[in-house]
Amino acid sequence: MNRVAITGLGIYSCIGKNRDEVRDSLYKGKSGIIFDPVRKEFGYRSALTGFVDRPNLKELLDRRSRLMLPEQGEYAYVATLEALKQAGLDPDYIAGQEVGILYGNDSSAKPVIDAIDLMRLKKDTTLVGSASVFQTMNSTVTMNLATIFKLKGVNFTVSAACASGSHAVGLGYHFIKTGLQDIVVTGGAQEINYLSMGNFDALSAFSIHESEPTKASRPFDRDRDGLIPSGGAATVILENWDKAVQRGAHILGEVIGYGFSSNGEHISNPTVEGPVRSLKKALKDAQIQPKDIDYINAHATSTPAGDASEAKAINEVFGAKSTPVSSTKSMTGHECWMAGASEIVYCTLMMQNAFMAPNINFENPDEDSAKLDVIQTVREKNISVFLSNSFGFGGTNSSLIVRKA
Amino acid sequence: MSNLTHIPAEEIIKKINTFLVEEFEVDESKITPGGKLKEVLELDSLDYIDLVVVIESNFAFKVKPEDFADIQTFQDFYNYIISRVNNSKAVA
Repeated sequence: MNRVAITGLGIYSCIGKNRDEVRDSLYKGKSGIIFDPVRKEFGYRSALTGFVDRPNLKELLDRRSRLMLPEQGEYAYVATLEALKQAGLDPDYIAGQEVGILYGNDSSAKPVIDAIDLMRLKKDTTLVGSASVFQTMNSTVTMNLATIFKLKGVNFTVSAACASGSHAVGLGYHFIKTGLQDIVVTGGAQEINYLSMGNFDALSAFSIHESEPTKASRPFDRDRDGLIPSGGAATVILENWDKAVQRGAHILGEVIGYGFSSNGEHISNPTVEGPVRSLKKALKDAQIQPKDIDYINAHATSTPAGDASEAKAINEVFGAKSTPVSSTKSMTGHECWMAGASEIVYCTLMMQNAFMAPNINFENPDEDSAKLDVIQTVREKNISVFLSNSFGFGGTNSSLIVRKA
Repeated sequence: MSNLTHIPAEEIIKKINTFLVEEFEVDESKITPGGKLKEVLELDSLDYIDLVVVIESNFAFKVKPEDFADIQTFQDFYNYIISRVNNSKAVA
């Protein structure tokens, strides 16, 4: 089995448009949550959202490439550009390799709605134009990035609700570990527009703490009242360790464990047992003990039921107050399809810069989170090994473990 | 046949050039009556779909993709649009 290196990271999120901005936000505990009045007018119960401007790609991409990219594809392009640059993978090198792409994405709502609205109005399908079909498919990110960056290896999208990005990284790890690929571009992307989250808002899953947007996302806190949708994109370049060393790449970390499970229960209600199996499977895969994990990046989205279940699962596997835990969703909101990949980027940045980002807005524990060592303010501590959880609707669970290079 | 709403050809050509420059991001100086539409605008099969869309949004008529078969130069393209615009006005 091959060792799997992380050689490049790219991030475009509501707490920063590149690695340096994001590192600073994580250290300072800066929130990227805003109140979006358009959502209120549209009938949302909660108008809170993470927000980042769309990038201007006119100088970077030709017209055809830009036409094909939906919003989350633009974010993914920028994140991937940053990651490939850090990895030192230029177009000439890529042309001579079989580079794959496995990216998490589970919706492209706005292009679908815009196209259907136009077809209803005009009664003519041609008038949606040439780009619509390529923007609307779930695989829009992988089909676009594989074309733009001329990738010749494995190429598909991972759709697994809010664990999409994490499973994409996990699958990329397996493709390299087993020798099927030497380099895989992994990641996750999430659209932010108001059309994409209305049906999620319908479940009353979002925080209505609208008077103080930056305090609304409060994972593990006693007074949490729901998640806040967010988005952007994150890219993690995975490589065969030995071949990365051979080509002189700077190695940022090593993926050593991937655990996964399905709850096999309710479509939206979480369980404790499902995440416990995912955590144990990741530890077994990494061949380490719970005590070897220095930091846990929790999935915790700030929902009453989800955070409580995860706290119980962490307690069951790691023991009370044993391992520092924080949810970066306290700052970013829930980046959904992107979250599992972005949180690998966040944690690797913490690992490189020797700090553990705070779980902001954690003021009072509840019965379950009182048993965790929740990081309230930034801790300047080395991280040798971290674990990142991601859970999604349908009971899909993913846990990744990364070791310092 | 009456032609009370006839639009001058120059006006139509100006409008066409404006949307071609905008939609296909081509330098206007490269658009000449004798120039090849496909080559100058670097059109592929998908671009012809977008050409149908911009014509519809600018002149409110639908081009059948097969109509492009006889259009080689910008002058051919102008003639086609002028004919469609002014014939439909005349009929109206």
